[in-house]
Amino acid sequence: MSDADDLEHADHPDSSQYIVIGIILAVFTAIEVAISFAAVPGEIAVPALIILTVLKFLLVVMWFMHLRFDSGWFRRLFVFGLGVALAIYAATISLMLYAGAATQA
Amino acid sequence: MNAVPAESPRSSLKILQRPKAETGLWSWITTTDHKKIGVMYFLATMVFFVIAGVEALLLRIQLAVPENDFLSPDVYNQLYTMHGITMVFFVGIPLGASFFNYIMPLQIGARDVAFPRLNAFSFWVFCAAGIFMYSGVLLGGLPNGGWFNYAPLSTTVGPDVSGYTVGGGSAELGTQVHMGRMLLYSIGLQIAGIATLASAINFIVTILNLRAPGMTLMRMPIFVWMTLVVAFLLLFAIPVIGIALWQLMFDVRFGANFFNPAAGGDPVLWQHMFWLFGHPEVYILILPAFGIISEIIPTFSRKPIFGYTAMVFAGVAIGFLGWGVWAHHMFAVGMGPVANTAFALTTMFIAVPTGVKIFNWIGTMWGGKLRLTTAMLFAVGAVAMFTIGGLSGVTHSVVPSNYQQTDSYYVVAHFHYVLFGGLVFGALGGVYYWYPKVTGRLMNETLGRTNFWTLMLGFNLTFGLMHFVGLWGMPRRIDTYAAGFGWDLLNLIITVGAFIIAGSVLLLIINMASSLRRGQIAGDDPWDARTIEWMTSSPPAHYNFKEVPQISARDELWHRKHAVSEQGDYVRVPAGGAGTVVIHDPDTDIHMPDPSFYPALAAVGMPIMGWALFTSGTGMIVLLAVGCVITVGALFAWAFEPMAEEGH
Amino acid sequence: MAEVTTAEASEEAHATSLGLSNEKLAMWTLLGSECLFFGALISAYLIYYTNYNGQPEISPALFDIPFTSVSTFVLLMSSLGMVLALSAIQRGDDRGFRIWILATAIMGSVFLSGQIYEFTVFVNEGMRLDTSPFTSSFYVMTGFHGIHVTVGVLMLITLWARSMTGKLTSEHSDVVENIGLYWHFVDIVWIVIFTAVYLVPYEQVGA
Repeated sequence: MSDADDLEHADHPDSSQYIVIGIILAVFTAIEVAISFAAVPGEIAVPALIILTVLKFLLVVMWFMHLRFDSGWFRRLFVFGLGVALAIYAATISLMLYAGAATQA
Repeated sequence: MNAVPAESPRSSLKILQRPKAETGLWSWITTTDHKKIGVMYFLATMVFFVIAGVEALLLRIQLAVPENDFLSPDVYNQLYTMHGITMVFFVGIPLGASFFNYIMPLQIGARDVAFPRLNAFSFWVFCAAGIFMYSGVLLGGLPNGGWFNYAPLSTTVGPDVSGYTVGGGSAELGTQVHMGRMLLYSIGLQIAGIATLASAINFIVTILNLRAPGMTLMRMPIFVWMTLVVAFLLLFAIPVIGIALWQLMFDVRFGANFFNPAAGGDPVLWQHMFWLFGHPEVYILILPAFGIISEIIPTFSRKPIFGYTAMVFAGVAIGFLGWGVWAHHMFAVGMGPVANTAFALTTMFIAVPTGVKIFNWIGTMWGGKLRLTTAMLFAVGAVAMFTIGGLSGVTHSVVPSNYQQTDSYYVVAHFHYVLFGGLVFGALGGVYYWYPKVTGRLMNETLGRTNFWTLMLGFNLTFGLMHFVGLWGMPRRIDTYAAGFGWDLLNLIITVGAFIIAGSVLLLIINMASSLRRGQIAGDDPWDARTIEWMTSSPPAHYNFKEVPQISARDELWHRKHAVSEQGDYVRVPAGGAGTVVIHDPDTDIHMPDPSFYPALAAVGMPIMGWALFTSGTGMIVLLAVGCVITVGALFAWAFEPMAEEGH
Repeated sequence: MAEVTTAEASEEAHATSLGLSNEKLAMWTLLGSECLFFGALISAYLIYYTNYNGQPEISPALFDIPFTSVSTFVLLMSSLGMVLALSAIQRGDDRGFRIWILATAIMGSVFLSGQIYEFTVFVNEGMRLDTSPFTSSFYVMTGFHGIHVTVGVLMLITLWARSMTGKLTSEHSDVVENIGLYWHFVDIVWIVIFTAVYLVPYEQVGA
């Protein structure tokens, strides 16, 4: 479209950077699968898997979805939803699994 | 965003042509004008309001005397369930939507909402949901598990309650009936949720993106702020209930085990999911009324709103804190002392921003030149009644006290003070306030005052006394009660009160209908108001403003009508002093969104997909496919619909 | 002053208050909301993954991790295809756009086929929707995600068809961008589900 959009896209990464990020994502996935197969003790495996997942999540959101390069409003809207989701569901899971006289067998 | 074909519109496919009717039925079905959609929302809401009101009257007739057999237990259960569902999902939410639709774009100086066709889609999907929900009348009965429809009552069909009445004693038929009712509940509310979610996104984008030049966020009227907060609450609350309903649908129709304790599922999960939605929902219902009240009180006090910034932040704070209090609906579930204490505390905290609002309204009136019009009476009445409801709410937050009150009529009294006293009174204030803007005529004030005082009387008789029967031990949702508990006389008076309310609502409808023809001509600004919707004609032209106003202050219109004198006082300037110059012919120069058939058509497919689940095997697949093709096909046609007139 | 302020009426002017496109703002708003949808489903799974309704043989041990890893990898790479398609259409490279958008749609379809195959295998092994809360939450969550992928594939194929008939050019790259955002979101949801459901060694964590 018009100038505004050209400006918006001006500092987006080019194709070669996208491919590099794609490779990083593939490598991270490979490490994750390897951790799952190598019978790494749970105390190490679970945090490692979570960290890798968060990194993959951030790579896609920040680069592929351009959130790093775009208006702060987009970030605010998305982070708001994500934050509310994390907060209320973490609370719900804790209440369901650990609080008081749970009804679960 | 549409790809506009290069060829002339006539040569494109006939099916993709834009509708042309400007009057009559088709102009309403195909409209994308936010004002027409707002009016349709209001009328549909009134229809549902009357239906739910009649349901309430039937309930009250049944409870007027002990051991009454006016209604069978099964019918009673369906009626109280549908009263709650209808009032919350088909009156409360769309009533807010009707005000948002009509007023909000005018208040921010926009020509329409950001996505006019999506707006029409929201309305038609909402209608489809209502029709789907009430189609149970023909399909073996309406939902009967209460508006929060707790599992496992909803999911399990034990020795079935409906079996012996509707199924004629056949367990199998009873199971079918029960499943159908729960499908109506789960699918009907999912469809309504789609409508609500679409309009929430629409309103958020409209408010963020379509403000008039100079209208910064902190210059927006409080009503617009409350619209924004409500839209965000809907945006995040609807998905929670949406998934819970989706899971419930699989439980009742396909034998999934989310909430079925017999197979290891946990009914408490349903309660958490329901109230994670349900408590924000309370604020979704009441904040539009807060916004309306915040417009009426400054206008009729001739003062700017007291503590605008505090008002805005209190609204936003309610929006945030509203997420942290849901489990106070579940104190009696057995979450343990730590969780109960935590939620008791957050519940008490949320009274603080609410209190800020109440004190700010009082501060606005303090020292103002009050004009007690009907609109103002309703607004002040709403503040007073909501305060009573808020105070009984604080008593619920005290856990030991809550154990005594839960599931009693005290709770019924509480939420009717909040929702009837707050939402309905506030919204009726809005009706009297904006009716002249919508129709160009004023409503009758004498009838209006009678309407207000009879409603006030009937409301307090009905719900005020429910506090007492509740504390004297009467449980909610019982279809009858034995004589001699000391509830008899009060129940009779409550029923009389309910009929006074009904009479008052009748007065309102008469007033609205007769003022349409006989009301005094209003003019652009009958109330000497403060915000820019009163700058344009009444009713506004379809493009709202000939010239989008340049905003330089909160209460822009008031500032245009007044100037600062040498003594520093505001003095009125002659009309037209801050006039705007019309630089074009609005009918040709302002490009407004075209009408479209497809939003309404897309809505048609949804209940068909819903009804599919009432059948099985091939029939189900065929119906699902038909509904899916209608909806998806309409959405495709919508996406590629050309503009009605091109080449400019 | 005479700008058209409604989105649909405007090919020429986007004079919005934030200077951002309405459609993109709406898409990010929707994605914020989608976090709550998927969060609810993932939470239900995390609450129920040890809940086998007396049939402990129907458990996460049935998952075929190599198979799912491959389909996960395909979905991840489809995100790369999506950005390359977007980047091509922004450059005005219609041919590159068509190749990449079709590749993305095909990768999405491969993922979907993998999911259907996986469901079929599971059902044959006795893992049915109504077996236990674990199976219910697994199928409903991954199925809901699958519906999202299906919708995405439909939109991608539509984009491809529009481009083939010359109706989608670099002028409409914002449409591609918005559909791309949706597609990436569906991908990141799977990134989370893949770890939470398939990879975490539940035999060590769970009861």
